[in-house]
Amino acid sequence: MDTVKDKRKSTKSETTIKISGAEAIIHCLLAEGVDLLYGYPGGAIMPVYDELYKFQDKLTHILTRHEQGATHAAQGYARVSGRVGVAMATSGPGATNLVTGLADAQIDSTPMVCITGQVPRHLLGSDAFQETDIIGISTPVTKWNYQITRASEIPEIMAKAFYIAKSGRPGPVLVDITKNAQFEEFDFSYKKCKGVRSYNPTPKPNMGSIEAAAELINTAKKPFIVWGQGVILGRAEEALKAVIEKAGIPAAWTIMGESAIPTSHPLNVGMVGMHGNYGPNVLTNECDLLIAIGMRFDDRVTGSLDTYAKQAKVIHFEIDPAEINKNVNADVAVLGNSKKTLELILPLLNENKHEDWHNEFKKRHQIEFDTVIKNDIHPTKEGLTMGEVIEEINIASGNKAVIVTDVGQHQMIACRYAKFEQSKSNITSGGLGTMGFALPAAIGAKQGAMDREVVAIIGDGGFQMTIQELGVIFQHQIPVKIVVLNNDHLGMVRQWQELFFEKRYASTVMVNPDFVKIAEGYHIESKRVSKREDLKSTIQKMIASDKPYFLEVKVEKEGNVFPMIPSGASVSDVRLK
Amino acid sequence: MEKQWFTISVYSENNVGLLNRISGIFLKRHINIESLNVSKSEIDDVSKFTIVIRTTEEWVNNIVGQIEKQIEVIKAFYHTDDETIYQESALFKIDSALLFDERQIQNIIKDSNSQIVTVARDFFVLAKSGRREEINEMHDQLKPFGIKQFVRSGRISVSKEEMKISAILEEFQE
Repeated sequence: MDTVKDKRKSTKSETTIKISGAEAIIHCLLAEGVDLLYGYPGGAIMPVYDELYKFQDKLTHILTRHEQGATHAAQGYARVSGRVGVAMATSGPGATNLVTGLADAQIDSTPMVCITGQVPRHLLGSDAFQETDIIGISTPVTKWNYQITRASEIPEIMAKAFYIAKSGRPGPVLVDITKNAQFEEFDFSYKKCKGVRSYNPTPKPNMGSIEAAAELINTAKKPFIVWGQGVILGRAEEALKAVIEKAGIPAAWTIMGESAIPTSHPLNVGMVGMHGNYGPNVLTNECDLLIAIGMRFDDRVTGSLDTYAKQAKVIHFEIDPAEINKNVNADVAVLGNSKKTLELILPLLNENKHEDWHNEFKKRHQIEFDTVIKNDIHPTKEGLTMGEVIEEINIASGNKAVIVTDVGQHQMIACRYAKFEQSKSNITSGGLGTMGFALPAAIGAKQGAMDREVVAIIGDGGFQMTIQELGVIFQHQIPVKIVVLNNDHLGMVRQWQELFFEKRYASTVMVNPDFVKIAEGYHIESKRVSKREDLKSTIQKMIASDKPYFLEVKVEKEGNVFPMIPSGASVSDVRLK
Repeated sequence: MEKQWFTISVYSENNVGLLNRISGIFLKRHINIESLNVSKSEIDDVSKFTIVIRTTEEWVNNIVGQIEKQIEVIKAFYHTDDETIYQESALFKIDSALLFDERQIQNIIKDSNSQIVTVARDFFVLAKSGRREEINEMHDQLKPFGIKQFVRSGRISVSKEEMKISAILEEFQE
């Protein structure tokens, strides 16, 4: 830093320092409060890594074992902390390896800034070594992207990148920086971005629509709330709780909204969607008012739109105007930040109980408990179920863990049965369904919430997609708990093959390696459980450990996740078996 | 819902890559862009895309929402043909000899209200502005005589109703 001071000079308006573009990038990150980033070096980003070396005391760089891991780690970090996750990579393959994480962050609205190196400006378009058009490639999967070719652009663009990533409906931003811009020296000064004239991140709430929504809620006999991640991103958890408690409205969540309201809350009636709970799915088609809050009516939530809540009026609380009437038409659209709009509507709502209506949910919960849940979490059959593993984790962690899931059966089971008391605790790849997400995301989640227990629940398929990130856990001794629920199959695809493809198990059987040995190869304490009597004690031991821990649980090979709304069917046609 | 022609008008910053971002929205939905024009607009430093597609109102509404969501897009509108004044332009390059040999060509020029842009020893160029049907009609009439080159522009259009774009920019300034 002394060298920076020496170069400092004063101009009339503000202090500037003459530094390289690479160093400027570090200063921009520091100015945005970044103290941790994930990445992988390479030729076109080396000047920035050289600066990172000098700033190690202020900025921790975690070397993931693959750039995809860097993006998912940044996502995990962002999702638990509410801050912007940062990932860095070199040009060419480094940049293209970010694409899956960008797409995941885009569809799940995760604030992330990715910085990529690029070949020098004079080589752009020449098919230079490790040149790729990452701006073109990343355009559909970024909220915004920009190629910097002059060092002088760095401060403004970096400020804009962070502003865009975190404001309004958050999302990923990619900044591609040519190598010449990293070397060039210029007068650096930094101003945080306060607005972009063509971008209105958060629509102002309209009192007219809020009053219209309140009128509908106050006159509804069977109102039903479905909330999504917008509640978490908008920090509206308390406001939502106040609304559902005052108006006595049963409320269900999408997978991305889970943990915003404690699982134990009496008005929390569970998950909607393909593997959601029976009551909230079936009763979606019996409510007279559907109140969607910070959710986007994904097809995995709605099933067939032609038969989705046709009997109900719809109120849609949403920050993104493009979501209004995209999939489901709203009778009243309430645009704006969810916390603000829910706080505005609260005083307009009548106190209510809707006991009879709530009993409808209870009745259906009982049916689901008797036919599905009981057997999932308290099985009497021989094979271990995924559900009982999750239940033991609940017990051992006191429902306080951050649960990071991958994609597939274990994800659905974990989201169904994990219990939460605190928001931002369910980290999963919802929209994109990215296998390989969980292991690196758990690293980021732990680093974003060091005081919390972080348990990654992963299938044997997804685990092998980013298994190399065990190296990060070992190198940095990141105390995440990794639970692989091994059924030696790509379980969810196998389930579909069983149900819809007459048991033709095309490429879903996995002959797996000895996962415990692999984890031990990374010097991570490891254990395999295949008997029920060992499960509880091992999970307790794992949770009690303050070090990384790997647990493989051999679960039944052909277990299915129910309830299930078959793809394209109506929410009313949810199958219990 | 029935498919019809829509003209989408997009007011945006003039930035590299925005065209890619906007065209990607159509690509993602498998919608063919029938015509595309990019120019400056009535506001300094603001570009205007004029995009013509054939789809349902539900879809165009959805698409305009997605376009408007792009960071560098200030505002996007859609209009039916009835709601806009619109034109396309075309150039026809024709053998000069025909101008003198074929009396009918002179009639076509007169009747179509087209202009002779230039006459050279070997060729002359006709310019025609108007609705696509008019241009198509002229094309069909000239075709039997031989057209050396033909090109038609994308649609340009103005809406009958005001597009309140300045107000949005002013609001930002506040």
